[in-house]
Amino acid sequence: MDVSFAITGKGYVIVAADTTAARSIVKMKTDEDKIKVLSPHLLMAYSGEPGDTVQFAEFVERNIRLYHIRNPHGLRPQSAASWIRRTLADSLRSRRPYSVNLLLGGYDTSEHAPHLYWMDYLGTMVEVPFAAHGYGAYFALGLLDRYHDPEGSLEDGLATLRRCIDEVAKRLVVAPGQYKVKVVDKDGVREIAL
Amino acid sequence: MSIMQYNGGSVIAMVGKDCVAIASDLRLGSQAMGISSHFEKIFPMTDRVYVGLPGLATDVTTLHHQFRYRLNMYTIKEEREIEPETFAHLVSSTLYEKRFGPYFIEPVIAGLQKTASGDFKPYIAATDLIGCLNFAKDFVVAGTASDKLFGVAEGLWEPDLEPEDLFETIAQTLLNAVDRDAYSGWGAVVYVLTKDKVIKRELKGRMD
Repeated sequence: MDVSFAITGKGYVIVAADTTAARSIVKMKTDEDKIKVLSPHLLMAYSGEPGDTVQFAEFVERNIRLYHIRNPHGLRPQSAASWIRRTLADSLRSRRPYSVNLLLGGYDTSEHAPHLYWMDYLGTMVEVPFAAHGYGAYFALGLLDRYHDPEGSLEDGLATLRRCIDEVAKRLVVAPGQYKVKVVDKDGVREIAL
Repeated sequence: MSIMQYNGGSVIAMVGKDCVAIASDLRLGSQAMGISSHFEKIFPMTDRVYVGLPGLATDVTTLHHQFRYRLNMYTIKEEREIEPETFAHLVSSTLYEKRFGPYFIEPVIAGLQKTASGDFKPYIAATDLIGCLNFAKDFVVAGTASDKLFGVAEGLWEPDLEPEDLFETIAQTLLNAVDRDAYSGWGAVVYVLTKDKVIKRELKGRMD
């Protein structure tokens, strides 16, 4: 039931995820943060099987942190995405695979460009200008095809994000109430109130 | 629906006169939902061996990396580049290694094979997901639009096409076949291999 979106623009990536933690038909919590900050310039929104999600996200978080400690330079978004994909792909053919879908947004400080990766639990990975997971994807991708501007300002990006959220709120029966929105750009990661 | 159709995508390879061509669509989907229109499935292995990997997208990436690794090991040990026929057998044995838990990919190989006299002979091959090799003199197809590709290719292909004519033939075959398949399309890419150059062209198709 999780919904997550991500949009790239001129020098930034916006990552948004709903904040509900549900079990069956019951909302257990409405302020759950489902976007991990993996490094000063890397964000990861995760969704999927409850339990697997947090477990996998923390596993990734700590491994990226370990790499930062061991090496003079941290992982660039492309490399981090590659490592995470490999981890999911290996997990898929293990005895009990993780069922976790991810949106990985990062800002590459070497080439000064934003990157966004769509990834699913199978280990499918592709770099995209915008992405969505969950039921929200069925409503948002069409809107994003129409309104996304890869050279748009942060305000443009947030306006497009608002369109997506409003559409999901209007048409999806099980629409989530609130979203957490984080942005990564040259200055690093910060949270934004919509 | 089978796992082979989960992400969609198709690849075709054709033989010409002293040249070969390999082409694929660029769609990546999740069932009927399109995710990306820039998902490449054809990878250069050497300057004159190309491989197309239609099927489950996670295995496209995994196998690409696997082949790259095995090819590097081969190149280092043998101190020479691999020939297309040898590479086809490497693909076949890599897939058969996973006979009872396969990678869901049907590779297509296109290349120019060096002959004893020193010139190059076109070589194309395809395998099923467990590595059963299929050599062909004319064309090979794979992916969700393979049945349509067979039909169109059967009608358009003729022997001894020059590189430019081969490009036109393979491009039209692919574009018209994927228009009849909901899981393939969203743009295409064509590689034409000749003895002294490789031409890559990206095509726009019906983007719906």
